[in-house]
Amino acid sequence: MAKTRRPPRIGDAPVFRNTMIAVVLALVALIIIAPLAVIGYEAFSKGIAYFGKTIANSDTRHAILMTAMTALIAVPINTAFGVAAAWAITKFDFPGRRLLLIVIEIPFSVSPIVAGVAYLFVYGLQGLFGEALQSADVKILFALPGIVLASMFVTAPFVARELIPLMQAQGRDLEEAATSLGASGWRTFFFVTLPNIKWALLYGVILCNSRVMGEFGAVSVVSGNIRGQTNTLPLHIELLYHDYNAVGAFAAASILAALAVVTLIAKVALERRGAGRVRRPSLAGTAPDISETTP
Amino acid sequence: MKIRLDTVVKTFDTFRAVHGVSLDIESGELVALLGPSGSGKTTILRMVAGLEFPDGGAIYFGDENATDIEVRHRGVGFVFQHYALFPHMTVGENIAFGMKVSKTRRSAAEISSRVEHLLRLVQLEGLQDRFPAQISGGQRQRVALARALAVDPKVLLLDEPFGALDANVRRDLRRWLRKIHDELGITTLFVTHDQAEALDLADRVVILDKGKIVQTGTPEEVCRAPASAFVMNFLGDANRLKVTVSGEKAQIQNVTFDAPDIADGPAELFFRPADVTWREDGHGIQATIARVIDRPDSRRVLALTVDGQPIEFDAAPEFPFRADAHGFVEIRRPRVYPA
Repeated sequence: MAKTRRPPRIGDAPVFRNTMIAVVLALVALIIIAPLAVIGYEAFSKGIAYFGKTIANSDTRHAILMTAMTALIAVPINTAFGVAAAWAITKFDFPGRRLLLIVIEIPFSVSPIVAGVAYLFVYGLQGLFGEALQSADVKILFALPGIVLASMFVTAPFVARELIPLMQAQGRDLEEAATSLGASGWRTFFFVTLPNIKWALLYGVILCNSRVMGEFGAVSVVSGNIRGQTNTLPLHIELLYHDYNAVGAFAAASILAALAVVTLIAKVALERRGAGRVRRPSLAGTAPDISETTP
Repeated sequence: MKIRLDTVVKTFDTFRAVHGVSLDIESGELVALLGPSGSGKTTILRMVAGLEFPDGGAIYFGDENATDIEVRHRGVGFVFQHYALFPHMTVGENIAFGMKVSKTRRSAAEISSRVEHLLRLVQLEGLQDRFPAQISGGQRQRVALARALAVDPKVLLLDEPFGALDANVRRDLRRWLRKIHDELGITTLFVTHDQAEALDLADRVVILDKGKIVQTGTPEEVCRAPASAFVMNFLGDANRLKVTVSGEKAQIQNVTFDAPDIADGPAELFFRPADVTWREDGHGIQATIARVIDRPDSRRVLALTVDGQPIEFDAAPEFPFRADAHGFVEIRRPRVYPA
C-alpha cells in the first residue's frame, strides 16, 4: 500500500496534541480531583465511627435540615418562575421582552455577596421595610425566609436559562395547533408544552437545586450564622473549620460533595435523554427509536 | 360555510402585511391563495383561522362576524406548514387530541372509532401507534389533515400544505387532497407559492402581491387572461420584450401586435415560451440562437433579438442547434401590458 503523505490538520501535530492533553489532564487532577479526594480522605481519617458521630452532631444535623428546607422552598418557586418566564419570553410578544431576558441573567453576573447585602438593605432593621417588618413581628433576616430569598435570587436564572433556547427552537406551532383544535391554555401547557420540555426542565431543576444547596455568599450575609438555628450546610462547614474541627468540616463537606455527585449523575443521565440540548421539535420528546417498532 | 373578508388590514410593527383585502369564498369551494413570499397570503390565512387578528376590516363566517372570535372557538381545522404534530403523542393520539379537549363529550369508544375512520380516510390504517418521528413526511402531512378534520371544522385551512415534500409525493398528495375535498365538501382555503399547485388543486385562485389581491378567478381565467404583467410572470415562464405603442398597436422591429386599451408610449410585450415558432426565413422578430437546454420532452432555446433582448422558447426535441443561427420568431397569443 502506498504511503499517503498528507500534511497534518492544523493543530494536529503529535507534539502539540500530546502536550495539550497532558496539560489539561494535569490541571484537572490538580484543580478538581485532588481537593475532592482530600475531602473524602480527611472526612474518614479518624475512622467511620468518628465520621458518624460528627454527622450525628445536633448542629450539623440542623444545618442539613436547614439546607434541605431551603431547597424544598426555593427550588419549586424558582421552577415555577423559570417556566413562567420562559413561556412569556418565547410564546408572547410584549414590550420589554428583550430587557426581561437580560434582567433574568443578572444573578449570574452579580456576586452573590452583593445580593446578600442588598437584602440587608431591603429587609434589615435600618432597611427599606425594616421597621414595618419589625412592628408586624415578621422575621425575614437572620431566619429561614431570608436564607430562602437570598438563595432564590442567586438561582433565579437556572430553570429559565435551560428552557428558553429549547422553547425558542420549538416555536409556537405546537401550541397554536393545540389551541386551534380547541384546547384551553392550561390543557395546552400540561398536555403539549410540558411533555416536550420535561427533560430540559428537570435538568434546570437539578442545576438549580445543587446551587441552592451549595450557596454560600448571599446566604452568609443574611443568615447571621447562628449555630443550630440559621446555619445551612455550607455555612456550617466554614464554622467547623474555624473551630479547628477539621474532621467535622471535612465530614460535613463530604455530605455536600456527595449531594453534588448525585446531582452530577442525574445530570449525565438526563443529558443522555437529550435534555439540555436543543433539538428539532419533530425529533424531540420521548419517541423511541424507529428500530424498536419496525418489525 | 361561506367566508367573507371585508377590507381586512394587518400591520406588523412598521410593515404593512395586508392592505384592505376583500374576498368571498363560497360554501364548499376550494380556494388557493397564491403569491410570492411576503405577499401576505399566510397572514390572511392566519387571520381567517384566528391565529392573528386584523387591525381593520371584518371576517364573516356565514352571517356571523367572526373577526374577534378566538381560534379555540372558531371551529376551523388548520394544517400547519411543518404539520406541528405533537411529537410525544402517537398518530392515533394526535388525531384524537381535538376530540378529547372538545366541549362536546365523546366516549372513548366513539373517539377511537372516529380515529379509525379518519385513518382510513387518509389511508394510514395500521399506523396509529407510530410516533410522528417514525413516519414519512407525506404521512405526517396526512396525519395533520386527519387531526384537523377530527374536530368537524366548518372551514379547512392549509398553510403551504405540500411545501416540505418531494416533487413526486407532492403531486400524488395534491390529487388526493382534491379527492378528499370532493368527498367531504368542506370549504377549504390553502396558501401556496407554487402556481402549479394552485392551478392543479383549486376551484378558484386568488393571486396576491404586496398584500393586495391582483387577480381572482378560475385557473382557466387567470391563465388565459392574466390581469397584469405581474400575474403573467408569476403564473409561469414568460418572455418580456420592450415595445412601443401608438394607436393601440405595439411595435417591435417591423412586427406589430394588437394592444387594445394601452396608452401610447413604451410598453411590454409578454408571451409564453411554448407560443413561439422559429422560422429560418419569412417574417417575425429577428433573433440569433445562443444556447439550448435539453429537457425530457422538449428543447428550451435561448435566443437574442437583434437589439439584444433575450427570448426563450420551447422547440421539439429534434430542433437542430447551431450557435449564432439567424432566424425569425413568430409569436402566438401575445399580451401587451403598460410598462
